[in-house]
Amino acid sequence: MDLVTLMQQLVNGLSLGSLYALIAIGYTLVYGILRLINFAHGDLIMVSAYVGVMGVGLFRWPWPAAFGLAVGLTGLMGVLLERGAYRPLRRAPRISLLISAIAASFFLENLVLVIAGGRPKPFPAPAWSAGAIEAGGLFIPRLSLVIPLTAGVLLLGLFLLVHRTQAGRAMRAIAYDLETTSLMGVNVNRIISLAFLLGSLLAGAGGLLWAMKYPQVNPFMGILPGLKAFIAAVLGGIGNLAGAVLGGLVLGLLEISIVALFPDWGGYRDALAFALLIIILLVRPTGLLGEAVAEEKL
Amino acid sequence: MKNRLLTLGAVAGLLLLLWGAQRFADEYQVRLLNTAAIFITLALGYHLINGVCGQLHLGPNAFIALGAYTAALLTLTPAEKSRIFFLEPLIWPFSQLTLPFAAALCCGGLVAAGFAFLTGFPVFRVRGDYLAIVTLGFGEVVRVLANNWQGLTNGPLGLKGLAPHTTLWWSWGVAVAALLVITALTRSGYGRAMQAIREDEIAARAMGVDVFRHLMLAYLLSAFFLGVGGGLLAHLVTTISPTLFTFFLTFNLLIIIVVGGLGSATGAVLAALLFTVGGEWLRVVEEPHVLLGFSYPGIPGLRMVIFSLALLLVIIYFRRGLCGGREFTWEGLGRRLRRLKGRIPFGARPQR
Repeated sequence: MDLVTLMQQLVNGLSLGSLYALIAIGYTLVYGILRLINFAHGDLIMVSAYVGVMGVGLFRWPWPAAFGLAVGLTGLMGVLLERGAYRPLRRAPRISLLISAIAASFFLENLVLVIAGGRPKPFPAPAWSAGAIEAGGLFIPRLSLVIPLTAGVLLLGLFLLVHRTQAGRAMRAIAYDLETTSLMGVNVNRIISLAFLLGSLLAGAGGLLWAMKYPQVNPFMGILPGLKAFIAAVLGGIGNLAGAVLGGLVLGLLEISIVALFPDWGGYRDALAFALLIIILLVRPTGLLGEAVAEEKL
Repeated sequence: MKNRLLTLGAVAGLLLLLWGAQRFADEYQVRLLNTAAIFITLALGYHLINGVCGQLHLGPNAFIALGAYTAALLTLTPAEKSRIFFLEPLIWPFSQLTLPFAAALCCGGLVAAGFAFLTGFPVFRVRGDYLAIVTLGFGEVVRVLANNWQGLTNGPLGLKGLAPHTTLWWSWGVAVAALLVITALTRSGYGRAMQAIREDEIAARAMGVDVFRHLMLAYLLSAFFLGVGGGLLAHLVTTISPTLFTFFLTFNLLIIIVVGGLGSATGAVLAALLFTVGGEWLRVVEEPHVLLGFSYPGIPGLRMVIFSLALLLVIIYFRRGLCGGREFTWEGLGRRLRRLKGRIPFGARPQR
């Protein structure tokens, strides 16, 4: 493999990886606070993409309005999800919470299936996302620049929010000890809603970018990116924001390099993430950057 | 002794019913009965690890797929196999081997159990939601393998034209066997240890329970029944492909055991029946109708919305499900009957 191809694949891997990172943040925020794998998080990607299709394709809105609405609605959906499916179970065994999350995920998928139909729809990507830049034999699709840049800006904003504001401090405190934080006069429910809102907004943005990269939407499109982003979060150390970003990038680069190095094995690409997960849990369950998260009992 | 006689009587009654169904029911009803029995087997196998041991296992679709593919590859004749595998020949020894249905089913179960043995070591090193996601991962890996390993599974095309070996005798016979074995296990010392692990793993360990060995035993047995159920399923639908064994199948089983009440074999059986029959009734909502002059177009996919909403409501508001940890016993039935006759006042507790 020559240098140009290598750079090419590096760019592809980075763009895929930053998408994973964007989605993984939502998992890690929620897991850090509630110790819950939010199974329905992947489906928020799908919701956002469908709202985008509706806005741009059906109502012919300009893309900033449609995309803004898509991200906003997805954020709202995340908050409603927590209200409806998770809050009533906060004192229940964690296994119930997980089953509730799985049920919520299937509910969202099938609701969209009923409303919009099962046939895949083309995603009307805005004109600026098409085309490519050629530099020194390197062929970079414009989208491969847009995705990492958008993801970078959003992630930077999130880091500032979590580490530099009062609400962010409350969030970190809850992740550390929910009971004690509530005794300190923090409105725990509000902060948990905020965490869901932030994670879902990022998933909304991730969903739109994902749909621009793979411009076809269907009601089940969120499952695989969701699972892989979760694995990325575990890989980086779940509950750790920087870990989620690192995990996402590593997973993206690994996947692309499998496809690039062994084209015949492309079909097994989706199994790679799970194999990686199993290895990580065996060798280093805390992930690359994770501190020792106490393995709590159900 | 009396209980054993009653159980024998119940089995005989079931046999009589099946004989009647065999003679008088139409093809559609027989198929429904077969599906119900297979779902009972699958739900019981799944219940053993989720309900009895309390480990949220999300990969039963892997074991069902392994059982289905193994059994199917073993019952097909070499000539049929060479016709199906036209893209890439089937690897030896499957290409030459043909076994009778019973042996093929057993092999399906054993292959699934073998896979369980291999995966059990990594799976039971973690607990809780990590265990859930690792088992889900194995389920996905098996599906991806089935989709890509042309020389063994014929890839996305799947296996077509299996002989419809699954009769009412087979499907219900296996379901009854699964029920008897799993009930006996649950009542034995092993079963008590498994339930102790579910309630409090640390306490169970302190009482000298070998946690890993008990979980592994449950996992192996559960995989065996899931595999046999998969073999039965394959020879009922006669066409299998990787799309049959997605996470969706796992989700259906999860609905069954949660609605039945986690930890109750009785609940698993009842909910499996309810799921199969209710699923057929609910087809109404997906078909067009004219009601009182209003035409209703029928909405495809609405059944799954109803199912997932039902699961959500059950887990939030009625976490005990239908049977919530209680089991059917002949003594319980007797007490209820006597109560109906008025010999015991309502609300009186049984004397021990």
